[in-house]
Amino acid sequence: MNKITKFVILDILRNKIVIAYTLLLAVLSWSVFSLEDNSIKGILTLLNLVLLYVPLVAIIFSTIYVYNSSEFIELLISQPIKRKKIWLSLFSGLQLSLIVAFLVGAGIPIMCFAPLKLGGMLLLVGCIISAVFVSIAFLGAICTRDKAKGIGIAILLWLYFALLFDGLVLFLVFQFADYPIEHAMMVLTGFSPIDLARILILLQMDVSAMMGYTGAVFKEFFGTDTGFVITILVLCLWIAIPFMLSLRKFNRKDL
Amino acid sequence: MRVYLCTLFILLSPVFLFSRTIRVGKSQALTRIQAAIQKAVAGDTILVEAGTYREGNIIIDKPLVLQGLDYPVLDGEKKFEVLSIKSDHVKVDGFRIENSGYATLEDPCAVKLYDCSNVTVSNNILTDNFFGIYVQFGRNCVIRDNRIKAFGVEEQQIGNGIHCWKSDSLLIIANHITGHRDGIYFEFVTHSVIWRNISYSNIRYGLHFMFSNDDAYITNVFRNNGAGVAVMFTKKVTMINNTFEKNWGDAAYGLLLKEISDSYIYGNQFRENTAAVYMEGTNRILFEQNVVESNGWGLKIQASCMDNVIKRNNFIANTFDISTNGTLVLNTFNGNYWDKYEGYDLNRDGTGDTPYHPLSLFSVITENNPAAMLLYRSLIVSLLDKSEKVIPSLTPDNFVDNAPLIHSLPL
Repeated sequence: MNKITKFVILDILRNKIVIAYTLLLAVLSWSVFSLEDNSIKGILTLLNLVLLYVPLVAIIFSTIYVYNSSEFIELLISQPIKRKKIWLSLFSGLQLSLIVAFLVGAGIPIMCFAPLKLGGMLLLVGCIISAVFVSIAFLGAICTRDKAKGIGIAILLWLYFALLFDGLVLFLVFQFADYPIEHAMMVLTGFSPIDLARILILLQMDVSAMMGYTGAVFKEFFGTDTGFVITILVLCLWIAIPFMLSLRKFNRKDL
Repeated sequence: MRVYLCTLFILLSPVFLFSRTIRVGKSQALTRIQAAIQKAVAGDTILVEAGTYREGNIIIDKPLVLQGLDYPVLDGEKKFEVLSIKSDHVKVDGFRIENSGYATLEDPCAVKLYDCSNVTVSNNILTDNFFGIYVQFGRNCVIRDNRIKAFGVEEQQIGNGIHCWKSDSLLIIANHITGHRDGIYFEFVTHSVIWRNISYSNIRYGLHFMFSNDDAYITNVFRNNGAGVAVMFTKKVTMINNTFEKNWGDAAYGLLLKEISDSYIYGNQFRENTAAVYMEGTNRILFEQNVVESNGWGLKIQASCMDNVIKRNNFIANTFDISTNGTLVLNTFNGNYWDKYEGYDLNRDGTGDTPYHPLSLFSVITENNPAAMLLYRSLIVSLLDKSEKVIPSLTPDNFVDNAPLIHSLPL
């Protein structure tokens, strides 16, 4: 681990928000599992946690952090360090601390209570979703110098992926109800990391409904090993592409 | 007293005097079963020793007991119907019957009953036959403790395990049936009981009922069949204590009810089916004390159903408890336990104080637009469902359980 990443992680630990986030996740997950008599119901509540709160915290926290470290970045740039390295270290520091926070907070209760395969999938998806939204936050933060605007963009992006995109999909489903749109729908889900994550988990649990005639097409794709690998690859693209774009912008930016 | 004993002796004397036992086997005088049947007179017992008998079609045309010792094999060589029973009061017990022929016009079987009564087919092992046991115009017949196994791949290439047609007062007890088209098939069969059978991994239905009134099926297990169990065009059927499980796949149902009326469904277990119960044109059914658990859909009640009462059941961990295709509701829900119920019970009488609407908006949406299933459990769907629960606008507001239970019933 290079020095800058280490410094970023130490800095994040010192500011205690991530520790509070870890505690929040831990309290929520433990209480969810001890309140529900049925561990599947607990998993469903945690699924909402992973699909809504984890992205929200990841995107807002990262955006604010990037803005707040602008002076630190300027200082580093005056040193003989490549810009790429600075940006990458910042990214990996943030990403690592959020993933560790998630694993410590939610991972332990999930591993204790949930069935192994389902719990493992939930953890994997939670980590990937954290990383995806850190990456999106970097892209949003680099686009504008104004902090208020940057945070606004972050909130809007979260709202878009968590809610508006699905609304759009629902609208399309109604508009094209008379056509065989199942395959087009599968491609469409690739445009939202939250949707991909949700489907990966659903296929592990509500299989019965998905396997009925409605979900047969989805099951055929997402349920297979190839489908799983492709979905994970698409999610990795969701980490890589926004970050690459932000890196390109950062390299050319006049700070 | 003496007079009575004498009368009894005289009545039973034909049995003592004339009933004989004929042995068939490699080392016996008779080596062929058909020859023994020809030699036998009514009431005789034919004991068949172990070995393989390839005699083509064996016809039993007089009241006999055909008893296998150590499971002798009757081989149809994939050409013949193996056993044809054309007489009343026949018993066939303890055979291994294999490889009946395949013909779509004649339906060759392992055992076929032609227009007869009081026949018992028990303790046989049937392997790889076109049809297993076929009862045609049977009355008071018993099919008991048979193990019926086939290796069907396509529906049209294989017959049914136990096929009953135009019969009355049959007892189908404790058979295991697998790999056939339908495990048990009833058409125009009345006053019959299907009890303690296990029908699994059949290509189409585990049990298939058509035009069969006044029947009961009790304590059977239907597992992992292509399309579950179908009860169609029938009235007065009693279904008690059966297990319907793992009927998964396109158009698979635990129990498919189509055009049936005045029936009673009590104490059954429905687990892990794509749709536990599908009702279409179903009237005056009492559905009570059943467990509906871990299914995709609990009940799919089409708008063509009327006057059904669904009370005191457990609905647990189903993706959708109820779905329907219209707005007309002519059925009653009362006192069920729904694990999705979020109400409260202030007076602690075990019944929720607010009514429960089991029909979610999303289940209505997916009924009309199956592709919308992709959005299941997303934020927008839960928001829509929540707002619909508060003010039902798109779903029928009389689709309601007014006395939902707080705790599940001990079923």
